[in-house]
Amino acid sequence: MIPELGNFALILALCLSLVLAIFPMVGSLNNTPGWMAMARPAAWGQFFFTALSFACLVNAFLTNDFSVHYVALHGNTQLPIIYKISAVWGAHEGSLLLWALILSGWTVAVSRLSRKLPIEVVARVLSVMGMVAIGFMSFMLFTSNPFDRRFPVPLEGGDLNPLLQDFGLAIHPPMLYMGYVGLSVAFSFAIAALIGGKLDAAWARWSRPWTTVAWVFLTIGITLGSWWAYYELGWGGWWFWDPVENASFMPWLAATALIHSLAVTEKRGAFKRWTVLLALLAFSLSLLGTFLVRSGVLTSVHSFAADPARGLFILIFLCIVIGGSLALYAWRAPAVSSGGGFDLFSRETLLLGNNLLLIVITAFILLGTLAPLIYDAMGWGKISVGFPWFSAMFVIFTPFLALLMGIGPLARWKRQDPADLARQLRIALLLSLGAGILLALPLLHEGSLSAGLAVALSVWLVSTQFLSLRQRLKYRKGLTGLLRDLGSRGSGSYYGMLVAHFGIAVFIIGITFVTQFDVEKDVRMSPGQSLELAGHTFTFEGVEVVPGPNYSAHQGSIRVYKDGDEVALLQPQKRTYLVQTKPMTEAGIDAGFTRDIYVSLGEALGGGDWSLRLYYKPFVRWIWLGGILIAIGGLLAASDRRYRIKDLATEPAATTAAARKLASARSS
Amino acid sequence: MTPKRKKRLLLIVLMIAGVATAAGFALKAFNENLMFFYTPSAVSNGEAPVGRSIRVGGLVTTGSVRRQSDGLTVEFDLTDNAETITVQYTGILPDLFREGQGIVALGKLQDNLRFVADEVLAKHDENYMPPEVADALDAAHKAGSGMPAESGGAP
Repeated sequence: MIPELGNFALILALCLSLVLAIFPMVGSLNNTPGWMAMARPAAWGQFFFTALSFACLVNAFLTNDFSVHYVALHGNTQLPIIYKISAVWGAHEGSLLLWALILSGWTVAVSRLSRKLPIEVVARVLSVMGMVAIGFMSFMLFTSNPFDRRFPVPLEGGDLNPLLQDFGLAIHPPMLYMGYVGLSVAFSFAIAALIGGKLDAAWARWSRPWTTVAWVFLTIGITLGSWWAYYELGWGGWWFWDPVENASFMPWLAATALIHSLAVTEKRGAFKRWTVLLALLAFSLSLLGTFLVRSGVLTSVHSFAADPARGLFILIFLCIVIGGSLALYAWRAPAVSSGGGFDLFSRETLLLGNNLLLIVITAFILLGTLAPLIYDAMGWGKISVGFPWFSAMFVIFTPFLALLMGIGPLARWKRQDPADLARQLRIALLLSLGAGILLALPLLHEGSLSAGLAVALSVWLVSTQFLSLRQRLKYRKGLTGLLRDLGSRGSGSYYGMLVAHFGIAVFIIGITFVTQFDVEKDVRMSPGQSLELAGHTFTFEGVEVVPGPNYSAHQGSIRVYKDGDEVALLQPQKRTYLVQTKPMTEAGIDAGFTRDIYVSLGEALGGGDWSLRLYYKPFVRWIWLGGILIAIGGLLAASDRRYRIKDLATEPAATTAAARKLASARSS
Repeated sequence: MTPKRKKRLLLIVLMIAGVATAAGFALKAFNENLMFFYTPSAVSNGEAPVGRSIRVGGLVTTGSVRRQSDGLTVEFDLTDNAETITVQYTGILPDLFREGQGIVALGKLQDNLRFVADEVLAKHDENYMPPEVADALDAAHKAGSGMPAESGGAP
């Protein structure tokens, strides 16, 4: 009964998204206030019924209702409760329902937090989000309904994939979806602005916090995914350039370009058309990501079994969204006035460079990700693009990005005297070159060059951000000035930027050091045997069988010593889950700020011997630490007080900029 | 031409030059990093290049996994139900590597038709068959030279 209620609620939600998509939009075009006013109630209704439907599916998992096909496949009576809940989005149908729920959640959030916006803008934005919802809900109802029943009813469910029975993976998809779907808000604002023909600074200011929040979720989602892969897959990798990882990374890159471009549009009124295009691109890449994951067209660790009907549906949906929005862009964008002019040497140019680099990286990743599809479709053979190519593309462009990241915050808007800028940057340049050479010289073995480069770039980033902070606090006195500045309007986005850029510096160190200096060894060990690796002694004490809640495990014990002192007792496991009888590796990790020691079990080789992976991973935590800092920076930027000040919301940027200048002049 | 336009033109020319150079290098590297997929039949027919990184995929022949005395080097047969090749791999096999299952191996072909793998991929989902392997089995089946593809693959 309850699953039918869920199904019915889903149908009602689809009906309401149809209402949401049609009436407010038409009302905004022929100026009918009554129709536009339908947007908010429809958004709430859509959210209510989607949430009800989702709750019904959660209930089906909690009560082990195996008459529901989806629950029978992925649920189990033995599952711990938290994984019964996360099993809801553990596979295709349920993750779509989660997607729809998050989308309707964002729609309601926009409706709730848009009180100060003109009603026709609200109506259009919510209406576009309703159109996206129609796509996803009809996809679910027509090709992959999570509430389908089955007969006969099995006594026990097929269980959640053991790989997904992990806390990190329980929260990774919701975070990632929050990011993907959040980009639909930026998309909808862009479409609404194109329809209204008003692409101004106010539009940019409305879009900015939404885009930043979505970007923060995307950052957290990607970071969590990388961390999960590291400890759960059992071979210490943290990024594989897998198509599905690329599918999450490309929207992230586009969204990164977008938040920088939005800053220019808000502050200077420039880059308008480009910003709109980026907003369309970022969300299109999110949809493309869904298509890649869900259709199973690519060989990927994330692939579910392929279903051509679903692939076709998403492909058509993708074409409508991308084609429709680009057509609208082509029609309306020429009418948009180009914004404020700027000099060849100016912050605008530097940010343009940043955007260009980010989009070039995105384009190459897109090429590498889609090439196998294109080759296959053209009959040129089945290919895959090697890991080294993606890494090379990333490593070639990122240093330039980091260079610009150092200069940008110091440069002035509109016009910057290059000689003056060079004088300011002299110290940072000397510091970073010095640090880089200092590190590269004593380690004249392989890898030292890139490690030196990484350190130089990180020092460059940190020192230039400090220079920028000094410049900002020039007329405010010392620490009290800093504290007062922290509370002022517009400070959130500034300090957010500093923290995020600092996160990039940390990330660069982590990624380079772990790539260059990690030590990996696959070995065969007998109980009692010891081995030296990276200055540590690993003693294998054998393997015993231990029981778990829904699995049994072989658990190895490895003691790690450094200079005779015991550093850690690592107990990696090889689990066999009782239902799916699938083996799973659980790594034993001794985490540290500057290094991880990582051991995982291979297989029994007879006579108590086991094959083992012994890894020493320097600075690997810094990769995720960098990701967390970047996300915190984004949160700071999104919480900037000026997005919440009422009467300023509709003021044109020029006046606010002037007011700000006046205010800062007075306060100094 | 006004000075402003000149500057803008210069900026655009610089940008295009930069992107074009980058794209040139990237595409060259791209071609060198392409890994083509070959079926065991194609390898046996000598269609696959020797000494270049390629991927092969198929089913692991039941009973063919042999372990050498060092405990880490493994040899097994890979088949598309038409032809069979031998794959050698040193290291720890993925959790889901099993006899009778579809896998994809990355590595290089030696002269003697022996494939030395750097990496062996088996999928998270045991009912999931890499699309290449499913196609390879289909192709071999259609050619009439093999047994029917085993069930459990992608539809």
